[in-house]
Amino acid sequence: MSLNKNSMMNPKAYLSEKLFQDDIEKVPTRNGYGEGLVLAGEENEQVVVLCADLTESTRSEAFQKKFPERFIQVGVAEQNMASLAAGMALAGKVPFISSYAAFSPGRNNEQIRTTIAINNTNVKIAGAHAGVSVGPDGATHQALEDMALMRVMPRMNVIYPCDAIEAKKATLSAARMKGPVYLRFARAGTPQFTTEKTPFQIGKAEVFQEGKDVTIVACGPLVYEALCAAQELEQQNISVEVINNHTIKPLDADTILRSLKKTKALVTVEEHQIAGGMGSAVVEMLAQRFPVPVEMIGVKDRFGESGEPSELLDAFGLSCPHIMQAVQRVLKRKS
Amino acid sequence: MKEYSIKELEKKANEIRQDIITMLVKAGSGHSAGPLGMADVFTALYFNVLKHDSKNPNWEERDRLILSNGHICPVRYAAMAHAGYFPVQELDTLRKFGSRLQGHPERERLPGVETTSGPLGSGLSQAAGMAYVGKHIDKTTWRVYCVMSDAEQECGQTWEAAMFAGKNKLDNLVALIDRNNIQIDGFTEDVMPLESLKAKYEAFNWHVLEVDGHNIEGIIDACNQAKAIHQKPTVLICHTIPGKGVSFMENDFKWHGTPPGISNMPGEPAKEDQASIALKELRTLQGKIESEQE
Repeated sequence: MSLNKNSMMNPKAYLSEKLFQDDIEKVPTRNGYGEGLVLAGEENEQVVVLCADLTESTRSEAFQKKFPERFIQVGVAEQNMASLAAGMALAGKVPFISSYAAFSPGRNNEQIRTTIAINNTNVKIAGAHAGVSVGPDGATHQALEDMALMRVMPRMNVIYPCDAIEAKKATLSAARMKGPVYLRFARAGTPQFTTEKTPFQIGKAEVFQEGKDVTIVACGPLVYEALCAAQELEQQNISVEVINNHTIKPLDADTILRSLKKTKALVTVEEHQIAGGMGSAVVEMLAQRFPVPVEMIGVKDRFGESGEPSELLDAFGLSCPHIMQAVQRVLKRKS
Repeated sequence: MKEYSIKELEKKANEIRQDIITMLVKAGSGHSAGPLGMADVFTALYFNVLKHDSKNPNWEERDRLILSNGHICPVRYAAMAHAGYFPVQELDTLRKFGSRLQGHPERERLPGVETTSGPLGSGLSQAAGMAYVGKHIDKTTWRVYCVMSDAEQECGQTWEAAMFAGKNKLDNLVALIDRNNIQIDGFTEDVMPLESLKAKYEAFNWHVLEVDGHNIEGIIDACNQAKAIHQKPTVLICHTIPGKGVSFMENDFKWHGTPPGISNMPGEPAKEDQASIALKELRTLQGKIESEQE
């Protein structure tokens, strides 16, 4: 697909020139985590990384090689890992704990609640392999509830980067801020469509494409699918605003409200259960402050299953054509 | 820090027990057996073993005391008050709205408690995390002490932490287990047998010491011995009597989570008399300690 001449792409988002080209590079967001850890480690010698026997696949490996004295292998013990990190934070460190989202914050939720959140310790939780796009591993390893678990936790910040470059920035930003953070990453390679110049600030949603008929608020690699849907819809004379809402908590209500006051119709897009996810956070806010018709793209109260990532995104109704249909549905409901 | 004689420490432990009874009665809820049982251990820690400064609770060089079984916090609060962290009168606010003395301890509310705890089994992990930083990253001289209950040995996470501490040879870490044999639902060996605790910890590469948890001198000696153990963490299995010092509470698991004055079992004093009888017994004991001193 070629870039549409009428595109309302926000120039200040500095998206990749290859945005809709077939040869756009595909990189897993977890790679950005690995790179971000090394940068954080170089910048602050208090940064330590703990991993529960998933060093290569969470991309903690790069940090381990560069800073072996600050890398702690804890074995298959995610509950211990969370509380060890709390103890290390209390001793002045900035610990990142790396595992799959299904296990951390899945298995160790209470330890995160007591020893990290209530305790207000400066621990960063990295959940890799989130979403159905994990692929062949199947339901047990495809975390679809993790954002809900972390979003309801007082004091927790929740960030879900849209590509590897943003993941790198998010990791570095998490290291720089004080307080508990949950970072969500994906396994599969996804388009690297932002650039080093794309703005990123925790708690600040970014308008990637400007539009006037409907707003899509998306997070994670599906932001790219949302942009694709917006491009297609432009050819049908439907003007779509696309917001990259990488920070689920604290929610950037101002940016979202400003957009909705203009478009008055919303589609939310995420690779997570609809219940309790990013879309829920957005509509909880809007229902109280500026109710609009909403369609929500996400997983509908079911578990994942084995398959190829793209095949699963289609089967679970999360890809570009499904987003386009949701836009058309919500426009019919717009008064 | 002032050097206390063993007799002075025994008196202090007894005063702490009396404060525990008084604060629990005022609170109207809370745990009796564990705090009374651990009064001697906490006295030994706060008035001899720990390197700390009650006027500077965040002193960088202090030893860290992690209370894993947060529900016995009345004994920690009372010991802290006696050590000068806050006025003894503040003990009356235990479990009240707005109090710094929460039902289970919270780090951010009360300087000196080191960590938030309550849900069992996560204290040893936090202590091990601190000890790892101290030994392997920052090379510090402070030591880490972690008080646990015996029922916490039923938690899987405790053993994850024990394995980690053994692997990393955390010889700056001392765990103290309150081996009082009771938990909410009954005797530990009925609920879930724990023995042999000694063999279990040895198998996880720990140095194991068993002490009488009411022998203050013995507790202090064991903590000092642990300093001489290299390349292994040490666990002190402290054999204690739950409810120690109050005859109708001793060794009865019904008193695990109940304060005086709420209910009574056959053979026990009427509930309205429980607190006064408990205090009378403890004061009699106080008199005995004092007369022995002369």
